[in-house]
Amino acid sequence: MNEDHRLHAFEDYVSSSFVELLRRHSPHLLPGGPTPDVTDVPHGTTVLAIRYRDGVIMAGDRQATAGYQVASRRIEKIFKADDLSGVGIAGAAGPAMEMAKLFQTELEHYEKVEGDNLSLEGKANKLGQMIRLNLQAAMMGLAVVPIFAGFDEKAGVGRLFKYDITGGRYEERDYDAQGSGSKDARDSLKKLWKRDMVRDDALRTALEALIDAADEDVGTGGPDFVRGIFPTVKTITRSGFGEVAEDEVRRVCEAILAERAKTGNGS
Amino acid sequence: MPLPYYVSPEQMMKDKAEYARKGIARGRSIVTLEYRDGILLVAENPSSLLHKVSEIYDRIAFAGVGKYNEFENLRIAGIRHADVKGYSYSRGDVTAKALANAYSQALGNIFTQDIKPFEVEVLVAEVGDANGSKSEIYHILYDGTIEDERNYAAMGGQADEIRRFLKDHYHDGMGLDESLQLGVRALSVTQNKTLSERDLEVAVLDRTKERRKFRRIPPEALSQLLGTAK
Repeated sequence: MNEDHRLHAFEDYVSSSFVELLRRHSPHLLPGGPTPDVTDVPHGTTVLAIRYRDGVIMAGDRQATAGYQVASRRIEKIFKADDLSGVGIAGAAGPAMEMAKLFQTELEHYEKVEGDNLSLEGKANKLGQMIRLNLQAAMMGLAVVPIFAGFDEKAGVGRLFKYDITGGRYEERDYDAQGSGSKDARDSLKKLWKRDMVRDDALRTALEALIDAADEDVGTGGPDFVRGIFPTVKTITRSGFGEVAEDEVRRVCEAILAERAKTGNGS
Repeated sequence: MPLPYYVSPEQMMKDKAEYARKGIARGRSIVTLEYRDGILLVAENPSSLLHKVSEIYDRIAFAGVGKYNEFENLRIAGIRHADVKGYSYSRGDVTAKALANAYSQALGNIFTQDIKPFEVEVLVAEVGDANGSKSEIYHILYDGTIEDERNYAAMGGQADEIRRFLKDHYHDGMGLDESLQLGVRALSVTQNKTLSERDLEVAVLDRTKERRKFRRIPPEALSQLLGTAK
């Protein structure tokens, strides 16, 4: 009896998982759970990740689509998970953003309690488990399918992972895209991606793919020069999680579209 | 059946307090100072792996003296408290005041209800932001007594002497190097050796940093700030 009590205390002490903490004390804050069949909630559309020489680049369009309507033109789909990794969200926007926030807290919580970072592999597995929690909601139309990418300090390279709605985790070597425009983005990446690209080439490739996705998929938003809304692009390298300034994204988009207008390529 | 001995409540509290104070007095001390860009925490700690000073949340840090396992437990409870609150409301709603109160409640309950009180003192510091909100430093004792301190605080073995020293030497607007040197001098005031960077654990809440203000200062940077770099 006494022994039992002590072991419980030990279990309680060693858990450095924020998700476990919520499960025990505030289960209502966890994702998943039964939901009625819902349609027409805002969905995030296209996100992608590309490996390049210094790490990975992640990019996403800015539109959320509900049925045939634009739900929002300015949502962000690429989130910083911690200093060396990021999540791009696709699927039902509400639960997806909630999951990204939970994932950020989970990583920070672990880091503070343990005084050490999780390995990239550990982070990728943890995200898979969180997606599995959401399976019941996913079956009712609230699927969340993120891309996870980061810099693996041990291996010294960028790595990226994709998921299915059951939490299945698949590592991709070079690039991947997720969301309604992902097929078009992947087709584009398949032709444009090259080994060991430098940052500027990788940035251009990412934006070419997003523009192609916006072109073919009604749910994906393209660069919007009238309102000044452009895709979000982040880089993750040895030196951390960095943002590509909107100005630069705008210039590259302009260059791509100008070239397409001139040559007819991509039309 | 033999009757249990009667011990008056006054005597019981006095014994517990004496026990806790003795435990804390055996340990080494920690000082905290406000400096120009935030709050500095300096602990005498020969271990570079077992921390006495750590991060709780964006602008909140924790420091503990006394029995390691006990303040380590409190530290983790603090991180849990802060993360749950920040997740369910917003990051801005996590405050040192709420956390200090929670520690005070917990330590107070343990002191009155458990046979053995915690032999710890903890400190919760929150750095104010650049637009002039004040920094806060809370000092919580083994029995749940809570004090808010201004400009500087000391706890641990010879805290009274250290506090007296700081009172005489502290002034506003010090840079990081100056306040660190003062902190180290304050810690050595009760002993006849000089402390080197190997005996120290130093961290700051730096308000010039983005979101997470907590930053540890590694030994190389320490010796530079102390002016002992070779």
